[in-house]
Amino acid sequence: MATTANIEPNDFAEPSPALSSATFVNIGERTNVTGSAKFKKLIMAGDYAAAVEVARQQVENGAQVIDVNMDEGLLDAEEAMTTFLKLIAAEPDIARVPIMIDSSKWSVIEAGLKCVSGKPIVNSISMKEGEQEFLRLARKVRDYGAAVVVMAFDETGQADTKARKVEICERAYKLLVAEGFPPEDIIFDPNIFAVATGIDEHRRYALDFIEACREIKARCPHVHLSGGLSNLSFSFRGNEPVRRAMHSIFLYHAIPAGLDMAIVNAGQLDVYDAIDPELREACEDVILDRRPKAGGDATERLVTLAEKFHGSDPAREKEEAEWRGWPVAKRLEHALVKGIDSHVVEDAEEARLIAARPIEVIEGPLMDGMNVVGDLFGSGKMFLPQVVKSARVMKKAVAHLIPFIEAEKELNGSTQGKGRIVMATVKGDVHDIGKNIVGVVLQCNGFEVVDLGVMVPWQDILKAANDNKADMIGLSGLITPSLDEMVTVATEMQRENLTLPLLIGGATTSKVHTALRIEPAYEGPVIHVLDASRAVGVASSLVSDTQRVPLVERTRQDYEDIRTARARAGQNVLSGLAEARANGFVFDPEGKARPPERPGVHNFGEWPLRELRAQIDWTPFFRAWELAGNYPAILDDPVVGESARSLFRDAEAMLDRMIAEHWVVPKGTVGLWRCRREGDDVLVLAGNDWTRLPFLRQQVKKREGRANMCLADFIDPDGEDWIGGFAVAIHGLDPHLAQFKAENDDYSDILLKALADRLAESFAEVLHAHVRDSIWGYAPDEHFTNEQLIREKYTGIRPAPGYPACPDHSLKPALFRMLGGEPAGVTLTDNFAMLPTSAVSGFYFAHRDSQYFGVARIGRDQLEDYAQRRGVSVEEAERWLRPNLD
Amino acid sequence: MTAAEQLRAEAARRILVKDGAYGTEIQRRRLNESEYRGTLGLDRDQKGNNDLLNLTRPETVREIARSFADAGADILATNSFNANRISQADYGAESLVADINRAAARIIREVAEEAEARDGRRRWVAGALGPTNKTLSLSPNVNDPGYREVDFDTVSDVYVEQIEALVEGGADFVLIETVFDTLNAKAAVHAAHRAGASLGRDLPIMLSMTITDLSGRNLSGHSIEAFWASVRHARPLTVGLNCSFGAAQLRAHVAALSGIADTLVMAYPNAGLPNDLGEYDEVAETTAAQVRSWAEQGIVNIVGGCCGTTPEHIRAIAEVLKNHAPRTIPTPERRTMLAGIEPMILAA
Repeated sequence: MATTANIEPNDFAEPSPALSSATFVNIGERTNVTGSAKFKKLIMAGDYAAAVEVARQQVENGAQVIDVNMDEGLLDAEEAMTTFLKLIAAEPDIARVPIMIDSSKWSVIEAGLKCVSGKPIVNSISMKEGEQEFLRLARKVRDYGAAVVVMAFDETGQADTKARKVEICERAYKLLVAEGFPPEDIIFDPNIFAVATGIDEHRRYALDFIEACREIKARCPHVHLSGGLSNLSFSFRGNEPVRRAMHSIFLYHAIPAGLDMAIVNAGQLDVYDAIDPELREACEDVILDRRPKAGGDATERLVTLAEKFHGSDPAREKEEAEWRGWPVAKRLEHALVKGIDSHVVEDAEEARLIAARPIEVIEGPLMDGMNVVGDLFGSGKMFLPQVVKSARVMKKAVAHLIPFIEAEKELNGSTQGKGRIVMATVKGDVHDIGKNIVGVVLQCNGFEVVDLGVMVPWQDILKAANDNKADMIGLSGLITPSLDEMVTVATEMQRENLTLPLLIGGATTSKVHTALRIEPAYEGPVIHVLDASRAVGVASSLVSDTQRVPLVERTRQDYEDIRTARARAGQNVLSGLAEARANGFVFDPEGKARPPERPGVHNFGEWPLRELRAQIDWTPFFRAWELAGNYPAILDDPVVGESARSLFRDAEAMLDRMIAEHWVVPKGTVGLWRCRREGDDVLVLAGNDWTRLPFLRQQVKKREGRANMCLADFIDPDGEDWIGGFAVAIHGLDPHLAQFKAENDDYSDILLKALADRLAESFAEVLHAHVRDSIWGYAPDEHFTNEQLIREKYTGIRPAPGYPACPDHSLKPALFRMLGGEPAGVTLTDNFAMLPTSAVSGFYFAHRDSQYFGVARIGRDQLEDYAQRRGVSVEEAERWLRPNLD
Repeated sequence: MTAAEQLRAEAARRILVKDGAYGTEIQRRRLNESEYRGTLGLDRDQKGNNDLLNLTRPETVREIARSFADAGADILATNSFNANRISQADYGAESLVADINRAAARIIREVAEEAEARDGRRRWVAGALGPTNKTLSLSPNVNDPGYREVDFDTVSDVYVEQIEALVEGGADFVLIETVFDTLNAKAAVHAAHRAGASLGRDLPIMLSMTITDLSGRNLSGHSIEAFWASVRHARPLTVGLNCSFGAAQLRAHVAALSGIADTLVMAYPNAGLPNDLGEYDEVAETTAAQVRSWAEQGIVNIVGGCCGTTPEHIRAIAEVLKNHAPRTIPTPERRTMLAGIEPMILAA
């Protein structure tokens, strides 16, 4: 197959003879840390000499513009951008071509603009924050003398249909031209998304792009059109021949429609005519959505055909050939231990045909394989992500066998599991990553898990336990009100005179809380399970004739000891409320932040996922999978490194897909309001209404010189001041989770949820930075690396209701009201958990001295005072503040 | 009418004349160090600090400017080529930068008004900004190609200080001349925008590149077309070339620029190439004869002189230009021009 390093117009000119004068610009993509793993490695290692060579090769290979992107959380992107640009300025072979300065952060772009002597392209700006901000940046771009890529992105989000692409581009065009921006310096990027994903809504993505090109060119004279090509073929990653064919064919049709340039690896394109005709036709069917009448089977046809063209990877093929030659039982074990699900259904089928009865496949090779997995996990040689992957293989095999087993009418005996556990996330709470992990691990170890899902009221839990003759109940929860809900479940179990064990788990639960509050409510065994790896041991003991009693007795004794120790030790001495107030943190007028640049409420209908990805704090992600260590060191950890790397690869691949296929939509809302302080309350003027936000003060006696802190202390007691609020959320997970469920793929389910949580946290951080830098604008010149952000090196805090500085979850409705009802599209459950689950909300305090602290235990006097300030009964306040009252 | 509009109107009628070089004229006067230094009490040797003369010997500067005005110059530049904080650091005279520039502009403003009062012809004052003696695009250290002695913000700030003082002293335009590093020029353009914003008025910009070899590139490597692509956002009142060579060698490059620039073209060559002693021997008639060929070709709107040119050269130039029509400003097709050190034009 012939390739062309440099795309010649003739290769694509056929459909339109008028194009013979046109040129197509290919923009080199190798000097982009988000697109090239090799380049990222060089930059991270500070090997700029080699990085410069990457740029040189690119130009030699025909790139006519080179895209430079340094958006990586662990880098000081401004520093990396300027260093690299200065270095390539010294290389005439490279410096001859224009630079595309690519960053999601304006500060990085601006730093780059100050190093480029020619006329560069800025990539990119958009209307995602509205017209005013868009024009502000456009004016700056013009001032520095650059052309600009404008993304088809507005206040409501990224354009995916033809109509939206055209509408946004035309609106941006009119604004820019009215502002005096030269139309020939505008380059629109109308978003290329992945096709052939199997999702019906994605079928028209390529065609919509092509048609939008034509329309935008007609409506916006002199502009150019660009796009990032790699998204298009995302579904075929790993299959280079098909990807190249898709890219080439896409260009063949998009260039005559007006696409002028694309970010593309020029070496990875084929000449249209040289593409295998069968493959070419199949690709064209997909790209042009040509077979909608046949029920849109173009994708399936291309997928089938793609196998034929799959490039060969000798190393992988050899390895694969090796284990594929083994006996079937051994193959199943290998697949389970390695977590490879690609052949499991055929292997399970082969095993079934050999076996006397289908159940024997499960009881034989599959259980043997899982025992190996269990042993490796138990002995610390295998880690949670691999176990969950193994479980996925197991589930797929079992799903294949079940119909045969049922056909054999063997079901009456039911599966002879070790035991049955009913699991649920309690009422009012929506978090289930931990619960799902525990469920998977238990299933891997032969337990039958009846998972009731999230927000499950106690009635349903008890009924399910009864209906399923459960051997134990497992409760999970993440937010503090869930602790109370667990007490309720325990109380109800007692009322029904149940005796089965109750297992407690989840982020806010603790052995102490279990001992102090839950265990006394229920006479049956109550055991707090610290993490998934302990769950198997505990559950196995509970169903064992010999181990159950010792475990139960030991735990009971343990909890009794905790209670006595607690009672004996007494607690920290509390100050009286008045005394604590007198020892409050002293407000320093010098440190007050200036009034916001843009007060009021700002909604972001969609924030680019790419930006959030670059700022992910990965350490908690690994912790969610029970891999201990800090990122990035964890990837090289001698013990968990291999497991962490494999998990990280899967996470990166899923993020790639989430972006390419536009899976999720990050929404955000920010409010900045005038306020004044009244004691420990802050009165906020949001819109025309005053809202009272009562805050809690530390009451534990402090040593000399340490204040009894309260968030209100960071607000000026003597005059007008400002406070902010925000909410962010990641929307759109549900259809993908449903698909994973249908495919028995717990691994991807948990992975997606864990990633969405990380993205929400990253968004909270990114948005806070944007507030400091621009919307409030009290710290316009700060710039930090991701690591510094994670360590909270900046000025200002964003405490969230329900967390230590502001432990009352029930302040969320007030915050949400001020933010306009359902900020970031988030709603609240009865217990103030946020939906969608991957969401963060909180307040902004901008005073120089503002800092995080824990309110910890408070006295009865403050509880009563607080209830009055909140306007609720003492009982209700007690309910929300229980964790701070013990 | 603003000064820029007046200039454009006049330039539509005839080829205008810019003045000649201060350096050559000052050199001829063979001033000694104490004449440079005056009574300002500066520590270091001030010999050669031509910009300081605006404060210490204003009459000398005035005399030179007057001689150019009398020779027929329509545009009078200020004697402020090195009157910036970076260049003045060599003389320890940074603290005087604003004063020097204010004085420089005031002197020329007075000369311009005097001359206009005398013959009724408008003269324009161009506040001259040299490139500084530091470059933003190149490392002075061959072993560390990423190193820079200055950064964009510093250069921009330095220029803002100079521009504000020049405008305060009465300059009509900001003349960014002898551009050997395109990025320095972009910093100057950025500074002119900033100064304009803080003064609340549009400051018309004149841009003049200098090429360092016969292939037609400046020191930062830009060809004429790449330079134009990189600075066009300044929407300059004039763009052109100065210094480098004599008019003979400069012609082809002026012609290239003339073909693409959709604004007035101003060129001011040296008096030929220097001899072995670094002196300029070309006589006024020779320079003028070369300039005539430019005029005949229709590639210029404004012509003046750079190194080695004297009032006689300017008089001779003015004389030969009299009978020629100015260049017509082309209206090129709207096309996207990008640039590395080479230009890149995108198809419409």
